[in-house]
Amino acid sequence: MNPQLADLFEAQPANPPMRWSVVFRRRILPHVPLVLVGILFLMPFAWLVVTSVETDQEIFSSHPVFFPHVLQWSNYAQAVQDFPFLQYTYNTLYIAFFSIIGQVISCPLVAYSFSRLRYPGRTFLFFLMMSTMILPSQVTMVPVYVMWNKMGLINTFWPLIIPHFFGSAMYIFLLRQFFMSIPFELSEAAKIDGASEFRIFTQIMIPLAKPAMYTVILFQFLASWSDFMGPLIYLNDPTKWTLSIGLQSFIGDHSVQWGLLMAASTLFTLPIIVLYFFVQRRFIQGITLTGIK
Amino acid sequence: MSASTVNANLLGIRSRRRKALLVGLLFASPWILGFLIFQLYPILISFYYSLTDYHLMSAPHFTGLKNYQDLFRDPKFYQSLYNTIYITIFGFVPQLAFSLFIALLLNMNVKGQSIYRTIFFLPTIVPLVASSLLWMWLLNGEHGLVNEILRSLGMGQPAWLADPNWTKPALILMGFWGTGIGTVMYLAALQDVPREYYEAAAIDGAGPWQRFWKITFPSISPMTLFQLITGLIGSFQYFTQAYVFANDPNNIGGPGGSMLFYATYLYQQAFSFLDMGYASAMAWVLFVIVLVLTILVFRTSARWVYYGGEK
Repeated sequence: MNPQLADLFEAQPANPPMRWSVVFRRRILPHVPLVLVGILFLMPFAWLVVTSVETDQEIFSSHPVFFPHVLQWSNYAQAVQDFPFLQYTYNTLYIAFFSIIGQVISCPLVAYSFSRLRYPGRTFLFFLMMSTMILPSQVTMVPVYVMWNKMGLINTFWPLIIPHFFGSAMYIFLLRQFFMSIPFELSEAAKIDGASEFRIFTQIMIPLAKPAMYTVILFQFLASWSDFMGPLIYLNDPTKWTLSIGLQSFIGDHSVQWGLLMAASTLFTLPIIVLYFFVQRRFIQGITLTGIK
Repeated sequence: MSASTVNANLLGIRSRRRKALLVGLLFASPWILGFLIFQLYPILISFYYSLTDYHLMSAPHFTGLKNYQDLFRDPKFYQSLYNTIYITIFGFVPQLAFSLFIALLLNMNVKGQSIYRTIFFLPTIVPLVASSLLWMWLLNGEHGLVNEILRSLGMGQPAWLADPNWTKPALILMGFWGTGIGTVMYLAALQDVPREYYEAAAIDGAGPWQRFWKITFPSISPMTLFQLITGLIGSFQYFTQAYVFANDPNNIGGPGGSMLFYATYLYQQAFSFLDMGYASAMAWVLFVIVLVLTILVFRTSARWVYYGGEK
């Protein structure tokens, strides 16, 4: 294999000597594939936005129009009108809000138990929880549906909210890792002063865990915002639909109105992109924290 | 010390232990309850459902192994398995390699690393329904951007979503757009590889290729194991993209059933045909598959996964 290519497979350059050829190989060459792939990755976004402001004639012209003549903002107006956007957004936010509340209450409690408390069976429970992470939701989907059906809660938001009050293995793991990094002396000192575990938890741990909690909130928001299968199974009544389900059915009703569809997609995606730029660092941290090392 | 104080002390230790256990379980109780209600009980009861004829409206009616017998004779079951394995091998595996490749490039301390990282990461936060819809448009046979590019390069333009031979490649192509999470995870793992390893290897005269296979790859192998397991299981949950691409609740397998994946077929049995017994049999087969796959990957992992400090 030639040295130029081989350099790409090095994790970190060891003491780069500053010869021009080396500078070229290490500092400039990697940009070539990165820029190329980067353009390919950005293109769909550009195409999404461009299509959303085009007329049908431009969309269906024999050559793609990259710079629409007149920006067709009416696509957005029509999308919001045809598609009960406010209702779907409200439903989605409602589910997201209560799911977040559920996770925020339950996950730190469990994570605290798995990191700071010592009792027989803790290790077993922790490993049991970790092994449930590989359980596909499809395995339990049918009986869980039957359960909600028996309770008469199909077509309500509850099946999409209540399970979050029991915590989620991934968030518990994330918080546990965080709690483990807090010095034990802190809680020992409080214990000597006679504080109960619950006080230590609420007065010391929770305030310290704020950054990790924000990550949990962010991830749960994203999960609820994008969830498709859950609402698809549990919500049949169109007034109860979330943005995911609404957009999906919109495809069927407007199968060739790409301008309209792309406008609706943009409206669905934009809040997430904006959110990303505000909390970029937390996103990346959260992802690297949950990936085991 | 008298016998009674020793006893009292022992009792004290015992009751303190019992208290610790109680407090521990109390704090863990949300997850324990959730596990019992939403995981353990459903797994067990679904085994019972899988032995019955159960259509939701009437009580389950015991039929023994009939669902399993039907399942193993069902060509659609095999088709869904085939399609799932197909996208795992031709989609997930190259996508994982691609995310590692990009992470390696980014880890060369290129200028603008965070800008690149953002570009590769952004597609992964787009809601799946929106990104699937966007790719339906990009892959549109007549006016899609992908075919426009292929045309300008003088290449053939497949009918992607209408042609059973091209639906899975279409899904795989879209999958590459979503590899940013893998890249971010790999990048974090790469940044943890101790520099001294490379310095030592450079002194020993190891070439770049050797350094990759002898240092980089083993050092990040726990991350590869993690991604391999979550990815393999993820393939069996492959649903939203296929459902949106097929765009027809009455034919969720797409043209010729070419997008009928394990999860879509299970969904169809349960929620289109309301055949809960059959769907439960599929769920149990899935459970066994996931279990066996995980054990297999862990078994072989002893040979290629290295944990820092241990060996």
